[in-house]
Amino acid sequence: MGAISIRNVVKRYGKGPKANQVIHDVSAEIADGEFIVIVGPSGCGKSTLLRMVAGLEEISEGQISISGRVVNDVEPSERDIAMVFQNYALYPHMSVYDNMAYGLKIAKVPVAEIKVRVDKAAAILQLGPYLARKPRELSGGQRQRVAMGRAIVRQPSVFLFDEPLSNLDAKLRAQTRLEIQKLHRELGVTSLFVTHDQVEAMTLAERMIVMNAGRVEQIGTPDEVYTRPATTFVAGFIGSPPMNLLEGTADGSQFTVGGVTLALPQPAPRSGPLLLGVRPEHADPGEAGWALQVEMVEMLGAERLVHGHIGQTAFTLRMDATLPSPHAGDTVRLNVAGERLHWFDRATQQRV
Amino acid sequence: MVERRPLLGLLANVVLIIGVLIVALPVYITFVASTHANDAIIHPPMPLTPGSHMVENYTAVLTGTQEGGGSKASVGQMMIVSLVTALVIAIGKIAISLLSAFAIVYFRFPFRMFFFWAIFVTLMLPVEVRIAPTYKVVSDLGMLNTYAGLTVPLIASATATFLFRQFFLTVPDELTEASRIDGAGPLRFFWDVLVPLSKTSIAALFVIQFIYGWNQYLWPLLVTTSEDMYPVVIGIKRMISGGDAQTEWGAVMATAMLAMLPPALVVLLMQRWFVKGLVDTEK
Repeated sequence: MGAISIRNVVKRYGKGPKANQVIHDVSAEIADGEFIVIVGPSGCGKSTLLRMVAGLEEISEGQISISGRVVNDVEPSERDIAMVFQNYALYPHMSVYDNMAYGLKIAKVPVAEIKVRVDKAAAILQLGPYLARKPRELSGGQRQRVAMGRAIVRQPSVFLFDEPLSNLDAKLRAQTRLEIQKLHRELGVTSLFVTHDQVEAMTLAERMIVMNAGRVEQIGTPDEVYTRPATTFVAGFIGSPPMNLLEGTADGSQFTVGGVTLALPQPAPRSGPLLLGVRPEHADPGEAGWALQVEMVEMLGAERLVHGHIGQTAFTLRMDATLPSPHAGDTVRLNVAGERLHWFDRATQQRV
Repeated sequence: MVERRPLLGLLANVVLIIGVLIVALPVYITFVASTHANDAIIHPPMPLTPGSHMVENYTAVLTGTQEGGGSKASVGQMMIVSLVTALVIAIGKIAISLLSAFAIVYFRFPFRMFFFWAIFVTLMLPVEVRIAPTYKVVSDLGMLNTYAGLTVPLIASATATFLFRQFFLTVPDELTEASRIDGAGPLRFFWDVLVPLSKTSIAALFVIQFIYGWNQYLWPLLVTTSEDMYPVVIGIKRMISGGDAQTEWGAVMATAMLAMLPPALVVLLMQRWFVKGLVDTEK
């Protein structure tokens, strides 16, 4: 029940040589009950992939199966899925109750059973007092919950979320995030959640699929993706501010960036041209070490962001606000632990 | 406008009152004339206050027992013909246009845009331009002097189709997709989602098309030859006798008043919906 298997899926719009390919050979195996977040910048194809799972977009090549059944040619309503849309897509002329009951009515579920299911979903989502209202009489957060209620009453084996939180304000978003997590724990239904927000992705995901330009960059737990990014794209996309990438040449325990030679705490995995990645929060200011020319300091409350250059390359440092603040023009010495260094191939952008 | 200038406000009122007078005075005179016996009307000056023959005039025209040289067909029967015609035209137009707009917006079929433009181009052809060939078709089909002949040729409507198309284009795609996931087929989606959402547009169109159907003159003049199939608009004209015969102006004016009633009622009763349909969309 509820396992999703995506095999070598390709999506292109149009035919022949002029076709516009937006998904390139994507594969992923999702176990039953997993909470998977697909994350990537706008236009990376994450929503398209979700819509192919939902059956709203045709699959150009490859195969998608849900619960062991190939669904390439199955109608959305027959796929045993439910979807929550970004703008909720509630039927404006129906009451909250009817919105939730509509799919069941079409499926010819007995009226008594519909009532039981809707009431149960309304109780879970605290929508009880609003069942008779129309969507326009509800706040954004309540509409969001109705959209989720409509998904729950179908008792599907897969939930699909298409950026459901992006129309909410920041406070409500954090709150709804927790509710979705709670819901997933209670119902244990496989969920596929699309977002461009990396905080959402990190907090919700059991595993995440990081996509860029129609390709999968990395599939892994939030921890894996953060500590061992597979490509420079993932390194730059996950984490805020993004990882610093220094382009240079490694030679044993030395790394040369634009004429400046940095001493490495442990030897590079190989010699020659490489990209060195260091997260802003993993460099510690000290007595000796790499020289960072400070240009600007941003105070964020608990911490400071120090922007500057190492040689010619821009570098950002995140430091505790209790430490004395450097000033523009100062030179800060940085130490980085050996296991905090990330190495990438300059040509393939892959992790070394 | 939140200006506080008493003089301007007064001026605006004066202009509006003059406007109302210009529109309302003829209607008032028609009403006054419909309550007088014929002698009172044809001897100048014409009275400007209601007279005492109201009941006589109205019962006479409704039953077709008035005097004078014009037609003596019963206005009651004509009102029924007009009502049926206007209703069939209004409802038929709405039904056909809803369906054709649905097809054009939601289905991908060959020559879709061709059909859309074909419908759109007919906007430029008023009834009068195609009246001769349409008459030939209707008469060949034996539809003269029938309700079908009165209504069918007027039902196809590019305006309404276009209006519904524009409305359907504003319905978010996600709604269609949500109903697909809910398992609603195309017709189910049409009935359960699109039609209820179009309610206000339908109401607005109903008002416009009812009046359009009610006021048809030229087409019924061609396709009806027997008195029991005349709509009331033609009836008024036929009550005015030509030549030296005397016209019963009281009766004519009473008929005119009666002919004005149903469209006025439709507008009054549906005014709220009508304005809503033209102004906002429920989304």
